Parts: sequence; C-alpha cells; structure tokens
Amino acid sequence: MTAPVLRFESVRKAFGEQVILDDVSLSVPEHSVTVLIGASGSGKSTLLRCANLLEEIDDGAIWLDGEDVTDPRVDADSVRRRIGVVFQAYNLFPHLNVLDNITLGPRRVHGVPRAEAERRAMELLDRLGLAAKAKEYPDRLSGGQQQRVALVRAIVSEPRVLLLDEITAALDPELVTEVLAVVRDLKEQGRTMVLATHEMAFARDVADQVCFLADGVILERGTSAQVFGDPQHERTRRFLSRLSEAGRL
Amino acid sequence: MAAVLFFVVTGSPGWPVTRKTFFSAHYAGEIVGPALRGLELNLELLLVCGVSALALALLLAWLRTLRGPVFLPVRMLTAAYVDFFRGMPLIVLLLIIVFGVPGLQLTGVTNDPIILGGAALTINYSAYMAEDFRVGIESVHPSQRAAARAIGLTHGQTMRFVVLPQAIRRVVPALINDLVSLQKDTGLVYIGGAIDAVAAAHIQAAASFNYTSYVVVGLMFVLLTVPVTRYADWLTRRMDRQRTQGGTV
Repeated sequence: MTAPVLRFESVRKAFGEQVILDDVSLSVPEHSVTVLIGASGSGKSTLLRCANLLEEIDDGAIWLDGEDVTDPRVDADSVRRRIGVVFQAYNLFPHLNVLDNITLGPRRVHGVPRAEAERRAMELLDRLGLAAKAKEYPDRLSGGQQQRVALVRAIVSEPRVLLLDEITAALDPELVTEVLAVVRDLKEQGRTMVLATHEMAFARDVADQVCFLADGVILERGTSAQVFGDPQHERTRRFLSRLSEAGRL
Repeated sequence: MAAVLFFVVTGSPGWPVTRKTFFSAHYAGEIVGPALRGLELNLELLLVCGVSALALALLLAWLRTLRGPVFLPVRMLTAAYVDFFRGMPLIVLLLIIVFGVPGLQLTGVTNDPIILGGAALTINYSAYMAEDFRVGIESVHPSQRAAARAIGLTHGQTMRFVVLPQAIRRVVPALINDLVSLQKDTGLVYIGGAIDAVAAAHIQAAASFNYTSYVVVGLMFVLLTVPVTRYADWLTRRMDRQRTQGGTV
C-alpha cells in the first residue's frame, strides 16, 4: 500500500459537552476511495469538515501528504488549496455563471491566467456534457447539473484528495444517477476520495474501504465485501438491515 | 378628497394673502436663477458625500466582519460609530461640526461651511449605509463562505469575490433610498452659511417677506428625487423577482 494521502490520527471533536468525533483514526491511501457510512449525526460530515479545516479539532492530528495540517502554525488556506470539497447543497456561487464558478479558484488562488483556466474548465465541462451550460447561471440548472458543476469546481485545481459530503442527498432520485456516474468516472481516473453517503448500493460498488461510524466512533471498517457482506458488529448489522428493509440496499 | 382640500384651502379667509406670499408668479420668476445656481451645490454635495459615505460605509461593514478576538476592538469601535452617528440628529451633528470645528481655531483645518457641512453629511450617512451593507453581508448564507474557503480563497478574497457581490446586489434599493434622503438633506448645509438652493430661497424670503421661493425650491427637490425613487422601486421589484427565482442559495 502506498503512503496515505490523508491520515486522521486519534481525532477528537466536541461541541461543548457533545462529543462528535471520539478517537477517530483513518488512513486514506492514494488512488483509493474511502466511504463513510452511518446514521445522520454519526460524525461523517464533521470528519470531512475537520479534514478541510472548516472545523478545528480538539485533539489528535490530521496529516495531508505527511504534513500535520492541524498544527496551528500551518496556513489553513494553503491546506484547503490542496483539497477539493463538494457539499450536499452544491453551494455554487449564484452571482457567477458556471464557467466563472469553476475558474474562480484557479484564477484567484492558483494564479492561472483566465484563458488557460477557462480552457481547462471547458475541457472538464465537455467531458460531463455540460459545455453548453458554461455561460448559464446556477439557478438555470437542475440540481444534478449544479452538483456536477460543483464536482468540476472541486477537481479543476487537481486537489490531492476530494471530499464529498452526501453530495446526492439533496437531489431528486432520478438525478442521483448522473452525479454518481461522475464520481465513478473520477474513481476510474484514480482520484483519491473520501465520501460520506447514504447511497449504499453505490458505496458498496465504488468503495475500496468502508467505515461505519456510530456516535463519533468508527465501529467497523474493511473492504466493501467485508462490511456489507459480513458485518461483524451488531450495530453495523442493524444499520444495514434497516436500510435493506427500506429498500436502500 | 383632493378637490375638497383644494376648495377648503382656496375658500379659507386667509387664502388671498397666503396666495400672494407663497404662490406669487413674480417672485417665482425671480428665484429660479439663484435657486438653480444653488442647486448646483446641492448636486455637488450629493455626488461627493454620496460617494464618500458609500466608501466609508463599505469599509465599516467590512471591518465588522473580521473574525477572531484580535479584531474585537475594531468591531466594537465600528459598532459604536454606527450607533452614535445614527442616533445623533443630523441637524445637531451639522451644527456641532460647522460651528464647533472653526471654534477650535486649528491651523490647517478648514472653516469652509460647505466642506464641514459635507463632512457632517458623510459621517451621518456612512453610519446608515454601513448598516445596509452589514445586513446585506449577513444575508449571504454561511454555506457560500464555506464553499469559497473550501476552494482556497482567503477571508479577504471570499468577501471580495463571493460575499460582497451578492450582498451589494441585495442592498442596492436600500442604498438608493439613502441617497434620495441625502439629496434632500444637502439642503441643511445652508445653516452653516453655504449658499445652496435652500439658502438662496432663504435670502429672497428674508429680503421680500415673500415665501414663494421656498415653494419653488421645494418643488425643485421633488422633481430631482422622483426619478431616483421610481428607479429604486423598479430595481427593488426586479430584484425580488430574481430572488424568488434564485431559490435558497
């Protein structure tokens, strides 16, 4: 196994009395897909937000390419530059068109000239069948299209790792497929990803590593076949059986 | 209703005298020239004070967004500035500055009532406009900030490229209303001795004991503000429409 791109080491995060993450350790190898599953409130999103330094951790450390990014002396902006994030609610900038949404980061953060940034953005949009939407504003796009644009925005600067936080949770069921297809494509390109999702069939399919979180703890982890096919922990079994009863598995 | 009022006024016992002192065609003709020359000063004040108040207000609102304990004094000072000058009646502030500053006999500080009056207007209106900007900034959803920081933008870049463009759009109608109000309030500088349209009217009224000049100058101000208020209304309506289309983000 190659050296991990992202590594959580005994991460602890609490909001007041409430412990959200308790002694979470996790290694994300390069070119691998790690899927976080678990009920809402189990800490999946918080773990992703901590990796991107949108939340400060209370204890432990997070390593990106061997650098402790939770060290207070580290420039948070320079860390975020190397991480791509896609949110549940897309969070596109409504006052910018699709192309400007995508090129804002490259131009302002990475100093890429406009023409070069736009060429790269168009290339990616084209691959996703969205080239015709380049000059549209986000409110003219469907949720699925917006989320695909958000994915392009996240990968355009070639981040070391991509964090996807329940990116299909706000979408109509018929739009989920088009977004997941993009994620599959990204996996085939060998991108390193950590994603939190409730789409279990998808998780089972793309995950190299599955972590089941409950109450801020990784209760169970393993390959897709291990966690979905032969869960060891009682709570994992209950979580998965509830989902299969609901027809989600 | 208007007809009733018309007949009540024109049928009143004092009407013949009132008509002569307030609606004299002779004095109306005489005041137009001086009033228009004075109005030039009002428009200059509107332009200069409007631009400086907007700039100062934007700076104040920006300072108030700075996070962290280091900036606590800055945030408190800007809040105090806004509270103080918004609460102070403009005419009182004007009197204090226009008569107080020359009284200090500071070398190198102007005694010009136009500049001092303009300063009072700028200070007062910057406090109002800073509140407009602040409301606008706070109305931009935090997820927009998160998305901007996630692509690596700094706090300053996030404000400049993501938050402010959205915030300013939302507060343009409120700012225009403030400018309309400022346009009228430029008439107050006459109390310091500046010869604007109101002062011109005042001079004629004092010399002739005829108040027609006030009516004429008042109508001039109305004619100036009507197009601007109509424009603000139109803009508000258009933006409301856009916002309902734009959805939650």
